[in-house]
Amino acid sequence: MALVDDDKIISEYSSKEYEAGFVTDIETEVFAIGLNEDVIRALSAKKNEPEFMLEYRLNAYRKWITMKEPKWAHLKYTEPDFQAISYYAAPKNMPKFNSLDEVDPELLKTFAKLGVPLEEQKILAGVAVDVVMDSVSVHTSFREALKEKGIIFCSISDAIQEHPDLVKEYLSSVVPVSDNFYAALNSAVFTDGSFAYIPKGVRCPMELSTYFRINQANTGQFERTLLIADEGSYVSYLEGCTAPSRDENQLHAAVVEIVALKDAEVKYSTVQNWYPGDKEGKGGVYNFVTKRGICKGDNSKISWTQVETGSAVTWKYPSTILKGDNSVGEFYSVAVTNHFQQADTGTKMTHIGRNTKSTIISKGISLGHSNNSYRGLVKILPKASNARNYSQCDSLLIGSNCGAHTFPYIESENPTAIVEHEATTSKVSEDQVFYCNQRGLDTEQAISLIVNGFAKEVLNKLPMEFAVEAQKLLSLTLEGSVG
Amino acid sequence: MSKTLLKIENLKASIEGKEILKGINLEIKEGEVHAIMGPNGSGKSTLASVLAGRELFEVTDGKIQFLGKELLGMPPEERSREGLFLAFQYPVEIPGVSIVNFMKAAVSQHREHKGLKPLTAGEFLKMMQEKKELVEMEAKLNNRAVNEGFSGGEKKKNEVFQMAMLEPKLSILDETDSGLDIDALRIVASGVNKLKNSENSFLVITHYQRLLDYIVPDVVHVLYNGKIVKTGGKELALELEEKGYDWIKKEND
Repeated sequence: MALVDDDKIISEYSSKEYEAGFVTDIETEVFAIGLNEDVIRALSAKKNEPEFMLEYRLNAYRKWITMKEPKWAHLKYTEPDFQAISYYAAPKNMPKFNSLDEVDPELLKTFAKLGVPLEEQKILAGVAVDVVMDSVSVHTSFREALKEKGIIFCSISDAIQEHPDLVKEYLSSVVPVSDNFYAALNSAVFTDGSFAYIPKGVRCPMELSTYFRINQANTGQFERTLLIADEGSYVSYLEGCTAPSRDENQLHAAVVEIVALKDAEVKYSTVQNWYPGDKEGKGGVYNFVTKRGICKGDNSKISWTQVETGSAVTWKYPSTILKGDNSVGEFYSVAVTNHFQQADTGTKMTHIGRNTKSTIISKGISLGHSNNSYRGLVKILPKASNARNYSQCDSLLIGSNCGAHTFPYIESENPTAIVEHEATTSKVSEDQVFYCNQRGLDTEQAISLIVNGFAKEVLNKLPMEFAVEAQKLLSLTLEGSVG
Repeated sequence: MSKTLLKIENLKASIEGKEILKGINLEIKEGEVHAIMGPNGSGKSTLASVLAGRELFEVTDGKIQFLGKELLGMPPEERSREGLFLAFQYPVEIPGVSIVNFMKAAVSQHREHKGLKPLTAGEFLKMMQEKKELVEMEAKLNNRAVNEGFSGGEKKKNEVFQMAMLEPKLSILDETDSGLDIDALRIVASGVNKLKNSENSFLVITHYQRLLDYIVPDVVHVLYNGKIVKTGGKELALELEEKGYDWIKKEND
């Protein structure tokens, strides 16, 4: 009997519209589709890169062509045709901007629609923003203010030009070129992304933030992010993403690398809202991302927080290598899938140093016909004495056509390690919704409240300005045109 | 003469084809307390659910007027905003949603419906405080998730607290006494009595008469086999207590 009502709930939620699904009409320079060594050479030349970068890219490309797409994830999709994608698309007429007045007003409108705090006024609120549209970084705010503290925050293209030594030293130091199929592809063709370096002992005074947007049709977005927190430094980094609604699938294959040296702390928060495809599962972004951090020095800490509501297919495992003694890795995740979305996401915590600690809190929410999987590996190496891990994976099902799966892997090679894993699966019951209805909340508000309550532990970990946005996004994802 | 708040005419309702309510007639006026008693399975809780708008039950015949408006066809949240409150027999847990947030969402919907301005955070918290004292609810429950890990008594107190917050015109208490010890029963009943005034009404559904020692009804109905078979004053409850339900069954089978 409850099934009838569940079905009603599903149908009410199945007409959600994607709010960021507009296309910006902007002049764009696009490479012809296809990938080969010439394309990579052209791309590298276009970006005026030093020789070591071209070598790096070609090396990655040569590895990539020998590799196969991973098939182990709990995902079903048609393999992208890598020769049907253009590997470079950039808004035209945008060399370097000295002030916002010089930026194409269409572009500014795009970001205003997305709520990116580009305007000076909002910048004063204290968020430094790097915006990446299609392949290139459009605007980095607050660069000067950060410079005074010795903080480098710029696009990775600029970093390659201006700080080649740092790039050379750290690029692919966490995610090797041949780490996996998509990481290799990214290394060969990445066009832009963000770069940040926090010097020794500096506490970054503001949240650093990057917005990614895919605009052009038939392009892939391959961005590369590299964060280096030098000894005793601290930084909180936010990342947000959107794409227009398109019938064809778009590919997003990013790589994020974080290096935390001794006593450094990095908080990395993501709100991912790539276009998820329509109600029938047509279109949407393939989000194949490799994110990894290394707690290289003792007492360092890396904390990943992600709210994943978008993408047709997500394949993403923000991971931490706990190399330094007493280092700490954290992973807090909320993943919502609706309609025909599929997510296979989780984390990998590799304990190498002594007294290393990791915490994993994963909340999966499935609606419609979607499939949501948590996949996690906790690995304790022989030298990691007194390592500790606590994992908690909770799944919430709304309706009876969706799926939740948990794939926890634990490999412990040290007898002093303590590893705990807890998992629960629950359903939004018709009783809960009716209880809320009886107090005056409509079904949409009820589901939103229940989901937010379920995800609270993770949402609480987000920085303030992001938490509000994430909550709104969660509600939007669940929203439909009821009655 | 006081206004009619609720008027039920020939209400029939069934679940999965089985008829549970077989023609209920009931009229409740402003300021009145009605009790509905009856043996298990007589349709008491079904009546409460149908009034609150639970779709599990199919209304096959009859009419319900609430403050002059047609209640049937009105979605449950609308009924709530119009001033109909159901204190659940088994209040459900909503993990992670604090009572504060839950009530904030509910109260703001009710105020919007009435065309009132939203309360400021300060005003809202002050209101919470007052109502909590009124129903003797412990302050610590405030930030706990709705009903999560609550004892039976705490759950029922929480229902009365929410009733106080939403200030309904008609409150339906669905076996609020079940699972309560005598102290909790006293607190819950005294909360209800404090909320009672000349403009609101209560429909108290109970199996036992002991709750009616604390919440004194103006009218007592006996529901049996989907119909109201007897109506009387509060002394009817005592009579039932004394004789049990068998004589009712004998009279009507």
